Amino acid sequence: MSIFSKHLPAVHVEHHKYTADSPTEKMPVPDKVYISMAQHIGAPCQPKVAVGDLVKVGQVIGDTEAFVSAPIHSSVSGKVTAIEKNLTMSGIWDLIVTIATDKKQEVLEGLAPPQVDDKDSFIKAVRASGLVGLGGAAFPTHIKFNPKNLDEVDSFIINGAECEPYLTADYRTMMENSELLVNGLKNILKYLKIKRGIIGIESNKAPAINKLRAMVKDTPEIEVMELKAVYPQGGERVLIYETTGREIPIGKLPADIGAIVSNISSVVALETYIETGMPLIAKKVTVAGNAIRTPKNIEAPIGTQVNQLIEFCGGYKRIPRKLIMGGPMMGAAIYDDGMTVNKNTSGILAFDEESASVPKETSCINCGRCIRTCPMLLMPALLAKAYEAKDVEQLQKLNVALCMECGCCSYVCPAKKQLSFTNKLGKRLVMEGGKK
Amino acid sequence: MSYIIPVGIVTGIGLLAGAILTVADKFMGVKMDETAAKVLAALPGANCGACGFAGCQDYANTLAKDEEHVIKANLCTPGGDSVAMEVSSILGVEFEGASSQFAIMKCSGSQDRTNYAMDYKGHQTCKANKLFYRGRGACEMACLGFGDCVNVCEYGAIRIENGLAVINKNRCVGCGLCAKACPNALIEIVPEKTRVVVGCSSIDTGKDTRQICSIGCIACKLCEKTCKFDAIHVIDNHAVIDYTKCKNCTLCAKKCPTNVIHVFPKPVNAAKQKAKPVVAEPSQEEASVQ
Repeated sequence: MSIFSKHLPAVHVEHHKYTADSPTEKMPVPDKVYISMAQHIGAPCQPKVAVGDLVKVGQVIGDTEAFVSAPIHSSVSGKVTAIEKNLTMSGIWDLIVTIATDKKQEVLEGLAPPQVDDKDSFIKAVRASGLVGLGGAAFPTHIKFNPKNLDEVDSFIINGAECEPYLTADYRTMMENSELLVNGLKNILKYLKIKRGIIGIESNKAPAINKLRAMVKDTPEIEVMELKAVYPQGGERVLIYETTGREIPIGKLPADIGAIVSNISSVVALETYIETGMPLIAKKVTVAGNAIRTPKNIEAPIGTQVNQLIEFCGGYKRIPRKLIMGGPMMGAAIYDDGMTVNKNTSGILAFDEESASVPKETSCINCGRCIRTCPMLLMPALLAKAYEAKDVEQLQKLNVALCMECGCCSYVCPAKKQLSFTNKLGKRLVMEGGKK
Repeated sequence: MSYIIPVGIVTGIGLLAGAILTVADKFMGVKMDETAAKVLAALPGANCGACGFAGCQDYANTLAKDEEHVIKANLCTPGGDSVAMEVSSILGVEFEGASSQFAIMKCSGSQDRTNYAMDYKGHQTCKANKLFYRGRGACEMACLGFGDCVNVCEYGAIRIENGLAVINKNRCVGCGLCAKACPNALIEIVPEKTRVVVGCSSIDTGKDTRQICSIGCIACKLCEKTCKFDAIHVIDNHAVIDYTKCKNCTLCAKKCPTNVIHVFPKPVNAAKQKAKPVVAEPSQEEASVQ
């Protein structure tokens, strides 16, 4: 990437989007769902139901007074059989509500579209929908939509990049729920009084670009922008730079430079709630990888176990060696297929021995490829050295906190050093060092 | 005779510079604390941090500044009694024997007793593994076995044996660096007289522990009932010994159904305990040093 280019550095990853043309299949309701009370960044929810209670679809089963939080709704109808502390997907111990389903999927009585006529009622509706950043970060959406300087925000950007290989859930959402998406964006622009709406889509999703462009032909304030199909176009800072040309200063939020970014699925889920009153209870998930018999896009109730999703795809065709929740670049490996689909789960990938093997790490040859590739313009090689020396000052000087752990540096490293992981540890070290 | 002028100039400059330096030293010089320098020379210089200060220099400075003698002079455990005596004589305080300590391991989950829940492929350190869910062990609090403690030990007192860190008591000086490095906080620094150690820190219930570890504490509280000195209690589903009360009677170890309470053998020759060095009377001169 030339230094004169106005694009940020990125890597060309193989797309592997094999499931792009398979329509979303709705999964039958499993016998039991396990709904975690910690599905967002911030304080976990308190269960609002007790063991033995009958619950219905859309009923609030967890909520909290804390500011950074979002309510959790039941995705099924049935009976609460247990509320136990267990290890959640976010890696912390928290309460998990187990519901034995009755397969009737009875919807809660009185579930009606919310009354939305101004900004405050709109933000209230966003919180009531239980929406969090569905792209992966799980940051409660009602806080993101309501920054202190909302009147300075002039661009609302929808992230349709889906730059992670394998994942196609967002693409399917764009194709199947395009009306909800466009209407949702119109509502957001209307109630939050934002002038401009941008939908950024990577060029490898041409059908979605064409479809959405045709739909917003008569709406001048909405623009569908074609992005280069490189990784990581969907990173918040990268996306804002590529669509508006603005840079977020260190330690600032997107709203500080007049932009709010939201994921495709989030906007669709929000519009679903505004139109029908049905909160976020199901998630589109891509199940793929070379150990899966028939990769599919599945709409699964939140709380479904991973092994049931895989069973729905015909099971494994090879012995799985690695299971990843999320994309292969940024997703987290899971060590047990009994873990559950959360609000922010976008993919389940299973790989066999050959694909999952970790190459042997050798010494850094100072080639500088990681430095040329970093979309945040950091220097991973130097960060790794600073981490090894446990030099907190140097880590801070090199802006380790800017690292978004996209994994580009690890991907290009010829010595196969796990640079992205080192950065993560480095960030941790800085946090600990700051406490003392 | 033409060289006289340059020689004169250079000599003049030299004298002038010397005069300026002398004056500058008189008015702007940083006062060297002699006590601190002496204490620093007496300390072993390992910079291990066992005293609780950031290295030997910091401890020496703090001791020198501390005119009330609030901070004890015997905090250097690696140095032992000899260093403590030297430091006390420099400071002019009464000698107290250095409290000799050593590290104990509060996990017994070697590979034949418990398993790994995952085949971890990331950075091969305990700290990195602990970030990933709850570590690779089937038991959340099990020794992760990557040897972060081995890497920080300056005295070669720890080795990894069958996935479990083993501490060599004879080499351990009780500096506590390993205790700080362990992400599961499995290592504790205890007084030297300690002979009874609970080799488990599991926070799982007894039922869960039984399923994942053949030796783990099942929180049956038999030890608690047996102890005559109220020194052992089950806290967070595992037994914890209060070493201020423990009298090394080893009754709890005999009662323990899973044999997770380990007993160190008695010192071979009890009479051969370290003879306390004679307290040296600090001389008037040393005592008056600020």
